[in-house]
Amino acid sequence: MSKTIKIRKGLDIKLIGEADKVKATVSAPIFAIKPPDFHGLVPKMTVKAGDKVKAGSIIFTNKYQEEVKFVSPISGEIAEIVRGEKRRILAVTIKPDASNEAESFGKIDPSNMDGEAVKAALLANGFWPFIKMRPLDIVANPYDKPKAIFVSAFDSSPLAPDYDYILHGENDAFQAGLTALSKLTEGKVHLTVRSDMNIDSTFTSAKGVQINKINSKHPAGNVGTQIHHIDPINKNEIVWTVNAIDVALIGRSLLAGQFDGSRTVALTGSEVKKPKYIKTAIGANIAAIIEDNIEGDNVRYISGNVLTGDKVETTGFLGFYHNHVTVIPEGNESKFMITKGWLSPGLSKFSINRSYFSWLMPNKKYNLDTNLNGEVRSFVVTGEMEKVFPFDIYPMQLVKATMYNDIDLMENLGIYEVAPEDFALCEFVCTSKVSIQKSIRGGLDVIQEECM
Amino acid sequence: MKSLENLMRKFEPTKDSKWAKFHPVWDALYTFAFTPNETTHNGAHIRDGIDLKRTMFTVIIALIPCLLFGIYNTGHWHYVALGEAGGYMDFFGDKLIYGLLQVLPIVIVSYGVGLGVEFIFCIKNQHAIQEGFLVSGMLIPLIVPADIPLWMVAVATVFAVVLGKEVFGGTGMNIVNIALTARAFLFFGYPTMMSGNKVWMSGIAEAGDKVPEGVTGATQLGDLASFTFPQEEWTFQSGISGFTDHWSIWDSFVGMIPGSIGETSVIAILIGAAILLYTGIASWKIMTSFVLGGLAVGFLANTFAVNPYMELDPLHHMVIGGFAFGAVFMITDPVTASQTSTGKYIYGFLGGALSITIRVFNGAYPEGVMMAILFMNIMAPMIDHYVVQSNVKRRLKRLKTA
Repeated sequence: MSKTIKIRKGLDIKLIGEADKVKATVSAPIFAIKPPDFHGLVPKMTVKAGDKVKAGSIIFTNKYQEEVKFVSPISGEIAEIVRGEKRRILAVTIKPDASNEAESFGKIDPSNMDGEAVKAALLANGFWPFIKMRPLDIVANPYDKPKAIFVSAFDSSPLAPDYDYILHGENDAFQAGLTALSKLTEGKVHLTVRSDMNIDSTFTSAKGVQINKINSKHPAGNVGTQIHHIDPINKNEIVWTVNAIDVALIGRSLLAGQFDGSRTVALTGSEVKKPKYIKTAIGANIAAIIEDNIEGDNVRYISGNVLTGDKVETTGFLGFYHNHVTVIPEGNESKFMITKGWLSPGLSKFSINRSYFSWLMPNKKYNLDTNLNGEVRSFVVTGEMEKVFPFDIYPMQLVKATMYNDIDLMENLGIYEVAPEDFALCEFVCTSKVSIQKSIRGGLDVIQEECM
Repeated sequence: MKSLENLMRKFEPTKDSKWAKFHPVWDALYTFAFTPNETTHNGAHIRDGIDLKRTMFTVIIALIPCLLFGIYNTGHWHYVALGEAGGYMDFFGDKLIYGLLQVLPIVIVSYGVGLGVEFIFCIKNQHAIQEGFLVSGMLIPLIVPADIPLWMVAVATVFAVVLGKEVFGGTGMNIVNIALTARAFLFFGYPTMMSGNKVWMSGIAEAGDKVPEGVTGATQLGDLASFTFPQEEWTFQSGISGFTDHWSIWDSFVGMIPGSIGETSVIAILIGAAILLYTGIASWKIMTSFVLGGLAVGFLANTFAVNPYMELDPLHHMVIGGFAFGAVFMITDPVTASQTSTGKYIYGFLGGALSITIRVFNGAYPEGVMMAILFMNIMAPMIDHYVVQSNVKRRLKRLKTA
């Protein structure tokens, strides 16, 4: 009973700097777990600076749901609890030690456990934050009953890491993770793979799940797109999602009996000398990942992809959910209208319209910077978002509803089915340079407060 | 270009200088010359190369063929009215010069007055100046007769920008098309300058008895509109065949007919359409459905012809008056059109259908296109509402069946 989906809408932004299939190992001098990575979380600390932790030791819990625990990815010592305005905790930094110790919880074979036992094991050992929920795109509430769990087997965003490469040979771990997930829902676990490429056996040999196929034009790899076309979310329904790489992490850890926070990160982007894959751990320091591999000074470091990632400094850290670091040029220079601005031929400008002559080179790979390429304006142009938004949802109307906080309208227009990342391409193409992902997140916050 | 930028930066009014109020004006000039160094902060880190300036600029480029042909055509009919030139190429240079002298002042007044009003509102509201008027300012000259007094252009532009746009909140907020608001204002405020036999050939009103026999100064629409009246008022007593003998469809296609400055040449308009459609700036959905709507009513009118106007070949309808210009440049204005994909088909189709309906039934408004588009502008939000509601219902139904 698998489904094959063909989406026509979408956009692949071709950028310079795809990662070569080479793996290097980096031992970062410092790591961090950042509460802001988990939207809406209020952390309750269980450690203080100077405490020794092992991989899998609890660092903080959700203040309002203490069963949900967040653990250290590595063994070491708590270096600092970084606070921002109003003493909000921004990051807990951990200095690794050489011992590589981990909290042991004994090997777990999820295949002969019941749902409650699996849930308890995942909660107790810090795996729960990997499970996110739709609607809202936040860490799942363990007391919800999801109608299905979705795992996307690929990432279609620009310069995305190749999951087939990263997870090659992890068949057992991935299968164990999927088996654990399948115990958490009475519905199905959906694994969605690309239909137009060779798929690694990690995915094709997965059992106990429904394997769906979708073509790979972005945002097909976004789990939101897949949910919408396979089993859409209605009001009062919950779907859980887990990133395929995190599924393997959960499986690997359960089989080993200890938390394994290691992570393979794709270092990509036009400003990287040698784009490649780097083996490190969750929350690694950015400086260690990019070490000696960057051209130029005026660059932006992004934890994640260029459409949805977070801007970080070199002193910053890899985001909890991120397997990807992108480095692109900063666009903080003004552009004279005739040479580089709005009157230029625009051979180096990427656009979904053909108003710049870059359409003459359909296969060109671009080196795009972070310039807004214009000023913020009222919505004028219509129909452009629809071209890149493969949902049966009116994107502009929904964005406007989130702007003026019309809860009824948001519900009616399908706010439960979307996450900010689904609107990333809409934001990219918007002629009026409106911050759409922020609006959608704002709308989701209102919905969470009023309706959930 | 660093030096120019530094120079402009030097003149940037600071917050506490006495020129602080004029920051929007400085900003408009600066952003005209330079795309600012503004970078993305949250969400997508890279953005599409296009901005509103490029969008508007592309539309202006698409209007250039119409403007150039309009300049020539204005001169051409001037010399026809004086009885001095019959052929297309006679006095070609003189025609261009006359056309330029006639048309350029209208363009300058339209831009000057319109941008002036925009600047005043932006200074008052301390908003950045948005680019919407760049296109409206070019559209207004192209849809008025060449002999229109400049003060009328100015008054109409002020009316359109203030009451059509600024009271609703500026660019992107208007309900009806700005350029058509200006034209409607002129049409109802100064009907003698916008219709009849004395305005469509530049200078014919003063030419007196120099006007050669057979040249009436009427447009095709005027001749055709007479068919909606009793037979004694028909321009061509022989009915529609008299019209088609007098006006060849080919001349209309090329644009060698009297009319508003930019609307006559279907070839020039098609060049514009090609630019707009190929670059993806205008919606092909609206454009094609507008034409289809016109053709559909044209055929219907043929079938149930109760007056000779209704016997006109539907294809002939496409090339006369402002139909083609409206289809390419007016109905496609994204702000006032329907915003949903399905809505665009409905909106365009009804717009085209209504244009021809008004033409063949109402002799008092020979140019049905303007009325039809303004009416559809007002109806567009309602069309969108029903399209969006059907999407909402679909979602509710999914919930029930699930």
